Amino acid sequence: MATERDLVVLGVGMHPWGKWGRNFVEYGLVAAKAALADAGMVWRDIQFVAGADTIRNGYPGFVAGSTFSQAMGWTGAQISSSYAACASGAQGMQSARAQILAGFADVAMVIGADTTPKGFFAPVGGERKEDPDWQRFHLLGATNPAFFALNARRRIDVFGDTPDDFAMVKVKNSKAGVANPYARFRKEFTLDDFAGSPIVSDPLRLLDICATSDGAAAVIICTPEYAKAKLGTLEGTVRIRAVANTTPTYPQVRLELPDIATDSNAVVAAPALGFKDSVAHNAYEQAGLGPEDLSCAEVYDLSTALELDWYENLGLCPEGEGASLVRSGATALGGRVPVNASGGLASFGEAIPAQAIAQVCELTWQLRGQADGHQVEDAKVGLAINQGLFGHGSCTILSK
Amino acid sequence: MTATERVPAIDGWFTTSEPYTLIGAKCTDCATYVFPPRSGACPNPDCDSMELEPAPLSRRGTVWSYTENHYAPPAPYVAAEPFEPYALAAVQLEAEGIVILGQVAKGVMAADLSIGMEVEVDLQVLYRDADGVDHWIWTWAPAAPEASA
Repeated sequence: MATERDLVVLGVGMHPWGKWGRNFVEYGLVAAKAALADAGMVWRDIQFVAGADTIRNGYPGFVAGSTFSQAMGWTGAQISSSYAACASGAQGMQSARAQILAGFADVAMVIGADTTPKGFFAPVGGERKEDPDWQRFHLLGATNPAFFALNARRRIDVFGDTPDDFAMVKVKNSKAGVANPYARFRKEFTLDDFAGSPIVSDPLRLLDICATSDGAAAVIICTPEYAKAKLGTLEGTVRIRAVANTTPTYPQVRLELPDIATDSNAVVAAPALGFKDSVAHNAYEQAGLGPEDLSCAEVYDLSTALELDWYENLGLCPEGEGASLVRSGATALGGRVPVNASGGLASFGEAIPAQAIAQVCELTWQLRGQADGHQVEDAKVGLAINQGLFGHGSCTILSK
Repeated sequence: MTATERVPAIDGWFTTSEPYTLIGAKCTDCATYVFPPRSGACPNPDCDSMELEPAPLSRRGTVWSYTENHYAPPAPYVAAEPFEPYALAAVQLEAEGIVILGQVAKGVMAADLSIGMEVEVDLQVLYRDADGVDHWIWTWAPAAPEASA
């Protein structure tokens, strides 16, 4: 049960994902106006704007909070801008939630948008020898898919997963994404399609790896009092049960993007709970909920194999049994706990600062019963989890 | 004719004469290791040391995982034309308790690797720049049999 302090998601809105090649601000405006319309509010009502930044769109991207505020028309609202790579949107959620819980605002908008280049994500330009992102590209050619592939290879050799197990994730997510009007790829893939898909980073094929996309998402959150005054009742509202943003604990012994090496466990033993396990654990603690309570989850399927990791990190199954879980159908629509009913990154591609916010939009629609064509039956509790570079773990839990 | 000039692609991460080794850093107080090498604060949150000193790392380790790049990585990688697929391996150094990623020696592909396989540090040319200078990088190469005593 939600407590009195649990904030309310009052409105959500998105711009469809795609490769439109337009200014990211334009997408953000569409999402912001959709969220306002969904909440039955006007822009002047927003007291705090939390922008999720993008490093790929020049200065306006670096200061997204003010960029969107200016584009919508200055109102003198309070503001924050956050960059945490893939977890930027979750940082925005945390910033807005903390501001409201501290009593400095009643209602806030969290917003993020991106325009992405074609092909591999590359570091920002210039020779920056101290930057681990520059180092891994220049010295090793260690692309993001290469890191996903190292992880996938571990699963094959340690757990006995097969490339077909990974493909099953794409098959499942692409099927769900067909019905999602905000998804970029609305095409169902089969296992047969994988044979013709080129290997990018062995053992992963192009179809195993998420694309880079343009897109935007916005969420409006508020105090229960504000929501009650506006709606007359809190009945049926979507509540924020946890926003847990977590760093690793030393030593981080799992090789993670973009680092060339792990920490050393020669002197200090590795923590009992690995990094990604701890991200989920902290959110469960905050919400007073556990994996058995989840109706559905949105996880960061940057690659198909990574989705199987998340099953285990979330406690949906024991370590090493992710492949069995996807094969059982438990994580498909109609299964015990559908994962990525939105279609996931497999159907969206990644629009970095918008993605964690889009996860919240999707969960909100699921909990309201508004996810037409990809609705999880009787959804009561939803979780979204992702991970930004250098150890920005983030996990959000919503419930009815 | 002069010999081609060769320089390390990055300074201070590996020795440039045999026996080739990676150079990490070691805390002068708690003795934990760091790679890539750096100075300044120890990464151990319970250690207040501000002194890390350069430390040669074990030459041999075992493959933790590996992959093979089939597309040319984007800049700042300097890709050969035409691009030839190559392997990367993450290698566990037992004494240091650390996993380090590196390119695998040219010609050794994913099919030649397996998790747990023993490899050792070698060097190879990463790229030749416009001035004809070769930039060298460490690689993981299948370990040669230990010389008998």
